[in-house]
Amino acid sequence: MPTSLASEPRATGDIAAALSESIRRAAAERAALAITGGDTKAFYGRSTDGEPLSIAGHRGIVAYDPSELVVVARAGTPLAEVETALAANGQQLAFEPPRLGPASTLGGVVASGLSGPRRPFAGAVRDCVLGATILDGHGRQLRFGGQVFKNVAGFDLFRLMAGALGVLGVILEVSIRLAPAPRREAALALETPSADARRKLAELMRRPVPLSGAFHDGRQLHLRLSGGEAGVEAISRELGGESEDLAFWDAVRDLRHPALAGDGPLWRLSLPQSAPIPPVGEALAWDWAGALVWMRSDLAPEQIWRGAGAAGGHATLFRGASGGAEVFQPLAPAMLALHQRLKAALDPAGVLNPGRLYGAL
Amino acid sequence: MLDRFESRLDGEFAEVDRARLLERLAAALPPHRLIATPESMRPYETDGLAAYRSLPAAVALPADADEAGAVLRACRELGVPVVARGAGTGLSGGALPFPGCVLLALGKLNRILEIDPLARTARVQPGVRNLAISEAAKPYGLFYAPDPSSQLACSIGGNVAENAGGVHCLKYGLTVHNIVKLEALTIEGERLTIGSDALDAPGFDLLALLTGSEGLLAVVTEITVRLLPIPADVKTLLVAFPDARCAAQAVADIIAAGVIPAGLEMMDALALRAAERFAHAGYPEDADAILICECDGHAGDAGAELERLADICRAAGASLIRLAKDEAERTRMWAGRKGAFPAMGRLAPDYYCIDGTIPRRRLPDVLEGIAELSRVHGLAVANVFHAGDGNLHPLILYDAQAPGQLERAETLGGAILELCVEVGGTITGEHGVGREKINQMCVQFSEAELTAFAAIKAAFDPAGLLNPGKAIPTLARCAEFGAMHVHHGETRFADLPRF
Repeated sequence: MPTSLASEPRATGDIAAALSESIRRAAAERAALAITGGDTKAFYGRSTDGEPLSIAGHRGIVAYDPSELVVVARAGTPLAEVETALAANGQQLAFEPPRLGPASTLGGVVASGLSGPRRPFAGAVRDCVLGATILDGHGRQLRFGGQVFKNVAGFDLFRLMAGALGVLGVILEVSIRLAPAPRREAALALETPSADARRKLAELMRRPVPLSGAFHDGRQLHLRLSGGEAGVEAISRELGGESEDLAFWDAVRDLRHPALAGDGPLWRLSLPQSAPIPPVGEALAWDWAGALVWMRSDLAPEQIWRGAGAAGGHATLFRGASGGAEVFQPLAPAMLALHQRLKAALDPAGVLNPGRLYGAL
Repeated sequence: MLDRFESRLDGEFAEVDRARLLERLAAALPPHRLIATPESMRPYETDGLAAYRSLPAAVALPADADEAGAVLRACRELGVPVVARGAGTGLSGGALPFPGCVLLALGKLNRILEIDPLARTARVQPGVRNLAISEAAKPYGLFYAPDPSSQLACSIGGNVAENAGGVHCLKYGLTVHNIVKLEALTIEGERLTIGSDALDAPGFDLLALLTGSEGLLAVVTEITVRLLPIPADVKTLLVAFPDARCAAQAVADIIAAGVIPAGLEMMDALALRAAERFAHAGYPEDADAILICECDGHAGDAGAELERLADICRAAGASLIRLAKDEAERTRMWAGRKGAFPAMGRLAPDYYCIDGTIPRRRLPDVLEGIAELSRVHGLAVANVFHAGDGNLHPLILYDAQAPGQLERAETLGGAILELCVEVGGTITGEHGVGREKINQMCVQFSEAELTAFAAIKAAFDPAGLLNPGKAIPTLARCAEFGAMHVHHGETRFADLPRF
C-alpha cells in the first residue's frame, strides 16, 4: 500500500498558499499572529495575543513507505491519524509525544518539542525530525532537511523548529523518522523509595538493558522494558517486582498519572539524571529515569529557576502560569540576545507567536 | 578550481597587513604555537580532500579556550577570516585554508577532561580523537557510538562540526544524537554554553543548530558526549547476491520487517573484488553485490534477529549467507569493508569519494543511474554504501596525471550528487558540504532557503569571518553556477544580475 501513497500530494488539505498570504499581510502590517493547531497545548508556554492563524486545515499524510522508516505529513494532521497509520505497519514515533486531546496535531507535537517517557532511551522529538517545510516571517516557503536520516547539507533548521513554539516559523510539513514497534514489552513496579531508585537506575543503565521507561510516583518505581524476547525476559526476572499493565505507561505518557492531577501550578524540572532533586518544592513524581521531575511549589519562580540551574538543569512552569509572566528558565543576557537575533533572522517583523516562548522574543 | 577563494563569489574581506596580523597573534599566543613560514605551514594546506591546497596567512595553535578566544578577538578586530581545523581528516575541504585567513588548529586541546560512568558522559576537548573516547570509556563498560571510518585519527571537534556518522549510526544515531553539551566561542571570543547536562535546555535547540554547522557559527572548545553501554553480544553476517538489485531489495525488506541492524553495509562487484584482493576478507568474488549485516544486543535476541535477517536475504535471492563464527572472522569481514577505500589504490592511481544519501527504495534506480553516468564520463565507479540508511559512497576511479581526468571526475561526482537530489535525497550524508559541494548547494536549496541560512549565520557572525566560502554558497556564486542548471524545470535565481 505505501508506495502508492508516496509523493503524491493530495490537493485537499493543502492551505499553504492561504497561510503564506496571511503571514505576508501580517508582516506588512506588523500585526502579530497566534499560531494554533488542535489548540490542546494553549496552557503551555506564555500566552500570545495575536490574530489566530490556524494550521488545522493543512492536513494529510503526504508520504509513508514503511521500508523508508519515514512518514511525511502536513502539520495539521491529527497525531492520532499519524499514529494509527504507523501502528497498522508495526511502526511508531520513538519519542512518544503526550496525547493531550484528539485534536492534537503533528505540527503542535513538533513545535512544543514535548517527548514522552521513552525520551532517555529512544531520543527526543528533535532527534527524529528529518526535515521540515516552514513559512518564515515573510510568508516564504522554505524546506530544510529532507526524508533521509543522514543529511548534513545546510544548517539543521528543521531540528531548530522542535520546541521553538512557532516563534521561528510556521511548520507546514514535517518528515519524521520512525521506529519499529518492539517485539516484546513488559511493565513492572518495584517498592523502591525515590532516592534509592535514582541510584539503582544510574547503576542499571551502565549495562545494556532494554529499558524504555522509568517513572517514580513517590511510592513505587515503575519500569517498562522493550526489545527482543530474550533480553526483556532476562532483565524482568533479574529485577523482580510486580508485573503491571502496560496501560500504566499510557497515563504517564499522556500526563494523566494521578500524581500530576490538580489545578495548581505544575513545575517541570529537567535535571541531570544523577543529580539530587533540588529542594525547591514538593516532588510529585519523576520520569525519564530521574531526569524529569514534576513538582509543586509555593516558592517564587526565580528561586525555582535558581535551584534547578544550580543542579545543572532548568525549570519550566508547565501548567498554571498567570498573566504575562515568564514560564521558561530565563536565558543569560548574551544568550537571549542571540535568540533575538535568530528570531529576527527568520521573522524580522516579529509577527510569529511573539512572546510565546519568552517575553522578549 | 574550487581551491581558489574568489572574493566575487565567496565574500569580500578588507586587505589586512600581514605584519600587523602576526603582531596581534603574537600577543595572543607564545611563539612556538604561532606558525607563519610557508614551509612550516605546509602540513596545514589541505585536509582529507587532498586535491585542494592553499596556504593561510598564519596557523594558530591555541592550547586552551582562552588562547583560542584571544585569537578570535584579534581576527574579529582586524576583519580577518578564521578557519577552524581539528585533525584535518574531513573529506569535503571544510578545513581548507584560504590566503589571508588564520587557520585555527585545535589539535592541542586534546584532553579527556572527565568520564562520568554514572551519568554515562565524557567531557572532552575538541582535539581528542574519536576512538580515544571509546578506549577511555571501555573500562567502565561504555563506548561512544558514532564511528566514522576515520575514527582512529579524526577529532571529536571535527565530528561535531560535520555531524559525523559512521557504520553504526542506523541504530545509534549521528553525532547530533550523541552529544549533550558544548562550550563554544563566538567570533567575538565570547563563551557560550550550548545544551546542558540534562536531557534538554531552555530556549531554541542550539545544540542541534551548531552540530554540523561546519565552523560557520562558532568554535567549539569543549564537548560533553553521551556514552552507551557496550552491547552484550555482536553477530555479523556476510550475504552475497548474484544481482545488486536483489541486494537493494533485501535492504528495504529488512527495514520494513522491523529489524534495525546495528550495521547494514553494501558493496558492489567492483568494490568487493578490490576489497577482497586487498584485505582477504572472504568475499565471494563472483558476487554482484554483498551485504554485511551486524546485529547486537542480548545474545538470544541478536541471534534471533540475525536469523530473521538471513531468512529475508534468502527470500530476496541471496546466493551465500555466512555467519562469522568467531571474532577473528568478524574482524575479517569488516576489514574488507573498512579497507574498501585504500583497496581502490589497486584499481586506479586516484579515487574520488562521493557522499550522497537517497531514499532506500530508489537504490536500484540510482545504481543504474550511476552506472550510466560512469559510462558517459568514461570513468569507472565502485560503490560502497551505508545501505541501511541510504548513504552512498560511490568511488570514482581516475588518474590525476592523465590530463583532464580530475576535472572529469569532479564533473561526474557533481552529476551523481544531482542525481541524489533528483530522487529525493541529499548531496551529503556525512562528509559535509565544505568547499567541495558548495556549488551543489545551489541545486539542493532555493534562493530563499540560502538567504535564510545566511541570516542564521549573520546572527552568530555578522561580519561573516568564520569559515567563509564553505558550506553555504553566496547568491552570487549560485547565480554563476546555477546559470548552467535547471531546477524543477525553472531557471534559478532569475532575478539576480548575471556576471
